[in-house]
Amino acid sequence: MEFLELLINALIAGILLGGFFAALSIGLSICFGLLDAVNIAHPTIIVGAAFCTFLLNDLLGIDPIVAGLILTPVFFLFGMGIYSLYYQFFERQSAEALRGLAFFFGLLFIAEVVMIMIFGVDHRLVSAPYIGESFTAVVTGMTFSVPYRLLAAFVIAGLMTLGISYYLSSSYFGRATSAVHQDMMALSLMGADPVMIKRIAFALGLATCGLAGALMIIVIPIEPAVGRFFIGNVFAIVVLGGLGSIPGTLVGALILGIAESLVSTFFGPSWAPAVSFGILLGVLAFKPTGLFGTGDTR
Amino acid sequence: MSRILKFRVSTMLLGVLFAAAFMLTTAFSPSAQAKPIKVGFSMALTGALAGGGKQALEAMKIWRDDINSKGGMIGRQVELVYYDDQTNPKNVPGIYAKLLDVDKVDFIVSGYGTNLIAPAMPVAIDRDVVFMGLFGMNNNKKWKYDKYFQILPAGPDPAVGFSYNWFEALKTFKPKTIALLSADAEFARNLKEGAVKNAKAMGLKIVYNENYPPKTADFTPIVRAVNAKKPDVFYIASYPNGSAGLVRALAEVGTEAKAVGGGMVGLQFSGLMAGLGPNLNGILNYDFYVPEPTMALYPGATELIAKYQNKVKTEGLKTDALGYYLVPWAYAYLDVLGQAVNAVGKIDHEAIAKYIHATEFTSVVGKIKFTELGEWSETRTIVVQYQNIKNNDLQQFARPGTRKIMYPLDIKTGTPQTYNSLR
Repeated sequence: MEFLELLINALIAGILLGGFFAALSIGLSICFGLLDAVNIAHPTIIVGAAFCTFLLNDLLGIDPIVAGLILTPVFFLFGMGIYSLYYQFFERQSAEALRGLAFFFGLLFIAEVVMIMIFGVDHRLVSAPYIGESFTAVVTGMTFSVPYRLLAAFVIAGLMTLGISYYLSSSYFGRATSAVHQDMMALSLMGADPVMIKRIAFALGLATCGLAGALMIIVIPIEPAVGRFFIGNVFAIVVLGGLGSIPGTLVGALILGIAESLVSTFFGPSWAPAVSFGILLGVLAFKPTGLFGTGDTR
Repeated sequence: MSRILKFRVSTMLLGVLFAAAFMLTTAFSPSAQAKPIKVGFSMALTGALAGGGKQALEAMKIWRDDINSKGGMIGRQVELVYYDDQTNPKNVPGIYAKLLDVDKVDFIVSGYGTNLIAPAMPVAIDRDVVFMGLFGMNNNKKWKYDKYFQILPAGPDPAVGFSYNWFEALKTFKPKTIALLSADAEFARNLKEGAVKNAKAMGLKIVYNENYPPKTADFTPIVRAVNAKKPDVFYIASYPNGSAGLVRALAEVGTEAKAVGGGMVGLQFSGLMAGLGPNLNGILNYDFYVPEPTMALYPGATELIAKYQNKVKTEGLKTDALGYYLVPWAYAYLDVLGQAVNAVGKIDHEAIAKYIHATEFTSVVGKIKFTELGEWSETRTIVVQYQNIKNNDLQQFARPGTRKIMYPLDIKTGTPQTYNSLR
């Protein structure tokens, strides 16, 4: 009975943690998976959104999740600007591979320095009624608890996945984004502007940083360099799920979250990263395109 | 002699006099008499430990201004030369090589913390210079370097001494079993090793002993795994991110352990204290200086902290607003160096090291005496319990009563209570 209680709690924690990982990764799945922009600054931009959430919460008392919603269009516009720069100086000159990577590295460092100058280096947290509290239920003598802050991350990640998947599969711009990923030349021959489509898609990827940042500061304390902690995780999740697959990103994140939680509970937390990345290597060995990736069709 | 010639001669004489006067004054002025003494170091100004590194740097600047206003070291002004190590040990050896070879500093002192002192040790030993450490844990155990001294008040065997008082404080709970968890990093692992020794000496049965990766985002599975072992007490050696994550996970999942905490770094930082607020209630943790009335054993510390807080306010510094944790200690490790250099009267690293070994110093952290390995001769870690925290207001932590001292007994301001009784 005790083992079963521990197992179910570990599964719940893993699913919720996976939701948090998915929220951090979905934007990158668009930028890297669909647009081939190796946006290594993605987690740092999320930290930027987390600091903005902190400001809105601290100065105006706005709930962090509401703050994340307010920030989403702001980060959409920021994404438009960043892509315009990226396109102008790298992609247009067919220098997006290595120099593009250097651009995003530069963006990462500049973003960190700006955050240090504005916010300092102290750790920041936000307060909300659901942070530090959990829903507890006793079922047949077993106690299960669900921390609200992680539940919020899971629910929002799920909604983001549904929304973006629906957008990409049902809207004109969404289908055009998939087309850009598959054949940019064919798309322009059909009269669409691939640069504009990529700009909007990239901006959508960065718009997710608004909510992801709110979730980040709900789940962990932030400081300007904390984004570096997640660079490995988010890229691993996008690759595991399959490049370009938004539902794949959610599934990949859930797999890593559950693996980390189960290993931490039953075998010791120090094994968790090794097992998570072992799963990634194992999947890639048998399915190089990732779980839901269809391979590069170009 | 014509009037014109007279005028020319007198002008020339005046010029010669002015030139001579200028040469004499510059030759004997303090600045020309001696170049400034350069003290070089790396410091965590960004990265995970920057919250501590920034406040340490400000304290060091206060010391520099203080000593310069008193005439400097051996009559020479003191200049600080420092670089950001980004809390990354890989950056440290290069920084110290640059300080010694390019900047030609006269002395080197460490950055903040064990993990950032360790990579600087080989450089200091290779150059055979005095090396003052700030909050180092057992950094000299392997090297046995005779010119290393550090300012962590954890006694001659710091790994054991650091947690000794914590175990003394929890005797009131009469525990029989213990769970131990540490971050997978040198300082935290050392801390846990010492805690294991103390637990064994106390006859406690170890039911859980694990390390967690520093990038862990969710600690609830770990807390549940610990709870499944039903320990009486739970010792944690963690870094700031982990400390905050564990405090929240404990609040959400709960625990039956009577005492929780021990070596949680970061809970002393203003940002985390204010952010975690009431979630901290019940945590029994180490500290070095808290605003309790019995902390008068450190004369001058109160004034120094007030000076630091005023500096943060007036200069609008983006650093820890309270500064209790590191300011007195970062001031003291330079103060010891300054006192030793002034006593020896010259820059002679051999003689300065001998003097530091032989002397009991008095600074803003009280009396300091070093052992052969450069550790403190006595443990002065204090154990505090977070109590009466009602909200996220930072100022409550500047008043007595929120971090009551549980140990040592001669300065205690409260009695340890079980974790759950304070929730």
